[in-house]
Amino acid sequence: MSAPAIPSDPPADYLTDHTVKSWLLTGDHKRIGVLFLISVTIFFFVGGAAATLLRLELMTPKGDVLASADAFNRLFTMHGVVMIFFFLIPSIPAVLGNFLLPIMIGARDMAFPRLNLLSWYIYLIGGLLGIWILIFGGVDTGWTFYTPFSSMYSNTMVVTAAVSVFIVGFSSILTGLNIIVTTHTLRAPGMTWFRLPLFVWSHYATALIMVLGTPVLAISVVLVGLERIFRVGVFDPALGGDPILFQHLFWFYSHPAVYIMVLPAFAVVSEIIPCFARRPIFGYRFIAFSSIAIAIFSFLVWGHHMFVSGQSMYVGAIFSVLSFLVAIPSGIKVFNWTATLYKGSIRFDTPMLYALGFIGLFTIGGLTGLMLASLAIDVHVHDTYFIVAHFHYIMVGGSVMAFLGALHFWWPKITGRMYPEFWGKLSALLVFAGFNVTFLPQFLLGWLGMPRRYFEYRPEFQVLNVMSTAGASILAMGFLLPLVYFLLSLRQPRNAGSNPWGATGLEWQIESPPTSHNFHGPVLVTCEPYMYSPEEAEREYAHEQLVHHS
Amino acid sequence: MWDFPLFPEQATANAQKLDALMLFEVGILVFFTTLIFTLILVFCLRFRRGSKVDRSNAPTHSQALEVIWIAIPAILSAVMFIWSMQLFYELYDPPADAAEISVVGKQWMWYLQHPQGRSETNELHVPLGQAVKLNMTSQDVIHSFFIPAFRIKQDVLPGRYTSLWFQPTKVGKFDLFCAEYCGTNHSIMIGTVHVMEPADYEAWLAAKGVGPSQAEEGERLFVQHHCAGCHRGSQTVHAPRLEGVYGKPVPIQDGENIRFIQADDRYIRDSILEPRSEVVAGYEPLMPSYKDQISEQDLLKIIAYIKSLANQEPIQ
Repeated sequence: MSAPAIPSDPPADYLTDHTVKSWLLTGDHKRIGVLFLISVTIFFFVGGAAATLLRLELMTPKGDVLASADAFNRLFTMHGVVMIFFFLIPSIPAVLGNFLLPIMIGARDMAFPRLNLLSWYIYLIGGLLGIWILIFGGVDTGWTFYTPFSSMYSNTMVVTAAVSVFIVGFSSILTGLNIIVTTHTLRAPGMTWFRLPLFVWSHYATALIMVLGTPVLAISVVLVGLERIFRVGVFDPALGGDPILFQHLFWFYSHPAVYIMVLPAFAVVSEIIPCFARRPIFGYRFIAFSSIAIAIFSFLVWGHHMFVSGQSMYVGAIFSVLSFLVAIPSGIKVFNWTATLYKGSIRFDTPMLYALGFIGLFTIGGLTGLMLASLAIDVHVHDTYFIVAHFHYIMVGGSVMAFLGALHFWWPKITGRMYPEFWGKLSALLVFAGFNVTFLPQFLLGWLGMPRRYFEYRPEFQVLNVMSTAGASILAMGFLLPLVYFLLSLRQPRNAGSNPWGATGLEWQIESPPTSHNFHGPVLVTCEPYMYSPEEAEREYAHEQLVHHS
Repeated sequence: MWDFPLFPEQATANAQKLDALMLFEVGILVFFTTLIFTLILVFCLRFRRGSKVDRSNAPTHSQALEVIWIAIPAILSAVMFIWSMQLFYELYDPPADAAEISVVGKQWMWYLQHPQGRSETNELHVPLGQAVKLNMTSQDVIHSFFIPAFRIKQDVLPGRYTSLWFQPTKVGKFDLFCAEYCGTNHSIMIGTVHVMEPADYEAWLAAKGVGPSQAEEGERLFVQHHCAGCHRGSQTVHAPRLEGVYGKPVPIQDGENIRFIQADDRYIRDSILEPRSEVVAGYEPLMPSYKDQISEQDLLKIIAYIKSLANQEPIQ
C-alpha cells in the first residue's frame, strides 16, 4: 500500500477545532466516530450498572436487594434493551467502522457525511428516550417484547420503548447504507475487492444485514404499538391475532442482529491477529466469503428461537438444519485465525491478548450454539440460564472483547496517545477470567433447569449463582480499568507516533490523529493487505535486543 | 459449599436418552475447545517473538485444510442433527394409551384437570409408568410448561392448544417451572409434579370422594349453555349431531367447494368460539358465538364430553 509521504508541516488534525459547534455540525467521519464512542460508552455503563444490580439480587434465592419482582423485571429489560440496541449494535460499526473504513479504503470521508451525522442524532434521540423510560417508570417486557404480554397485558411504558427502538433503528440503517455505498464507490485506485482489509469485508456484510433486517424490527414494534393503543388485532388471539406471528417478525430481525453484533468483532480480530503475529492472514478469501455467507444464512435461521413455541415439528427440523449450517463459516474463521499464528513472530500486546481471548470465548459460544440447534437439547435448555450463558459468550466474550481489543489497537490512531501497557494487559486478563467465572456456572444452572428472568429461585441453585456474581465483580473491574486509563491518557502529550504497532494498512500510513482529510494527496494501492514478514520482524527484534544490551 | 449437582434428576426414559446426546455434544465441545486452546497456546509459545524457530515460507492459504475444516464440522453437524431430530420426533409422538390431562396457565398459576374429575393447582399427581399427555392452553399471555427432570418444555399459548407428553420412571417430587416470561410473578409460577405408585394415585384420585368426571362435567355445561337444545336433535333448528364426530374428517363448506377438516380439539374450540368460520356442509351458519362466555377450563370440559361421544354411532 502506498499513501503520500507525511509532509513535515502537516495541516491541522481532526481534533484541532475545539468549539462545540464544530463537533455538533461536523461531517467528518472521524469526529462522528468519536461522538458515537462517547455515547455508546455511556450506555455501556448504564447497562452495566443494571447488570450489577441484577447479579447482586441473584446472590440469594429470595428477593432482597431490589424492592420487588417488578423492579427486577424492569431492570433486566433495561439491561437487555440498552446493551443490545444502544451499545452492541452501534458499538463497533458506528465507532470504529465510521472512523476507520474510509481511511482503510483510501477515501476522504464516508459517501454521505450528512446522513452519517444524522445517524448520530437519531441514535441520540432514541437513546435519550430510552433514558427517559429508565427514569420515569421503565418497561417490563424483556428486550424481546413478546406478545400478547407486551401489547395487551404489561402496565409499563411499552409504547415509549417501542418508539425508542423504532427510532434508533434508523440510525443503524443510515450507518449501514453509508458503509455499503462508501465501499462500492470510494475505494482508492488500485484498491480492488480482494485488496480490501477483512475489516471492510466484515463491515460490508454487517451493513447488508442492517439495511435489510432493521425495517422488519421497525414493523414489528409499530404493530405492537398499534395493538396496544388502538386494539388492532394482530398478535392477541382475543382480538383475532396470532402471538407467534410476533415471534417470527421479531426474530427475523433479531437473529440477524446477533450477526450485526459479531461480524464487526470478526472484522477487528482479522486485523489484530496478523499484525501481532507479523504474518499475512491465513485463508484471506475464505474469511472474506465466510462473512458474506454468515450474513446470508443469518436471515434463514430465525425459527431456532421457536422450537418450543408451538410452530410445527417440520418447521423446527428445517430451522435446525439451517442453524447447523452457520457452524461452517464460523468454523472457517476460527481455524483460519488460529492457522495465522503458525510460523508467526508473535507479540503479546494488549490488543492481541483481547483478540486471542476472543477466539477462545467465541469458540465456546459457537459450540454451545450447536447444542441449542440440536432440537431435543433445546427443548430442555430453552429459556434457561444455558441460553443466557450462550449468548453472553457471543455478545460479551465475542463482541465486547473485540470492541475493547479494537479500542486498544486504534486508540493511538484516534487520540495520538498510548495507554499504559501494564494496565492494558491486566484489564484483558481480568475481563477474560471474570467473564468465564461469571458465565460458565450459568451453563450449568441452565442445564440443571433454572429458568431465565427469575426474580426468586430454588435454593439448590444458589452456589452457582454466587459464583456467577463473584465473577461479575471481577468483570466489572476489568471494564472500569480501561475507562480510567484511557481518560487519563488524554492528559499525556501525544506520544504514539503514526504507526506504534508497525502495522500495514492505510490508516497506519497517516498521522495520529489523522488530519481532517485523512490523506495529503491521491492514494494509490499497489499490493494486498497484511504484507507482514515474520522473518523480518525477527531480524528487527534481534537488532533491537543487540542495541538494548550494548 | 461445592455440593451442587452436575445433572438434573432423570425421571423419564426421554431424560436418559437426551442426556446421552448431551454428553456426546459436550464431548464435541470439549474436544474442539481443547483443540483450539492447545493450538493457540502451542503456536503462541513456539512462535513468540525472539524464539529461534524456522519461520520460512509461512503458508498463506491451503485448499486442503479448508476442505478438512469445512467437512469435519459438516459431518459432525449431520450426526447431531439426526440424533436430536429422532428424540425431537418422539416428543411429538405420544403413545395411544396416554392419559390426557388438561392444563390451563394463567398469570401466575397452573390449573390442572384430570379426566376422572379431580382438579388441582400448581400440583400435578401422576401414576408411575403411565404415559401422560397434557393438553394445554393459556387464559392470558404465553407461558411455558417445563419439567427439568423430564427434559421437556412446551409453550402454552392463548387461543390455541399445545401438548406435551411424558412417561415417568421414578417415584418422587419434581419441579415444575413456567419458562416463558409472563409478567410480575413469573418466578413464582412454579409447582410440583408428584409421581406416585399407581395404587397411591388411585387413592389420591378418590380422596375427595368420587365426583363427576371431566366429560360428565362437560355434559352438564353442554346442557347449561343450551348446546343440547340444537345438537341433540331439534324440531326447529337444523344442527349437526356430535356423536361419532371427534377424530373423524368433517366436510366443510368452503364457497362452492367442500373440504375436509379433522375434528380435533382445535376444531371444536373454534366451532364454539368462531362458529361461522368453518361451517359443516349442508348446514346454515346459525350458531351464535360463545366467545368470552365460557372459561378455558369449561371449554376443555365440553371438549372432553364431545370426545367421549367419539365411539358412538353417528346420527344423521
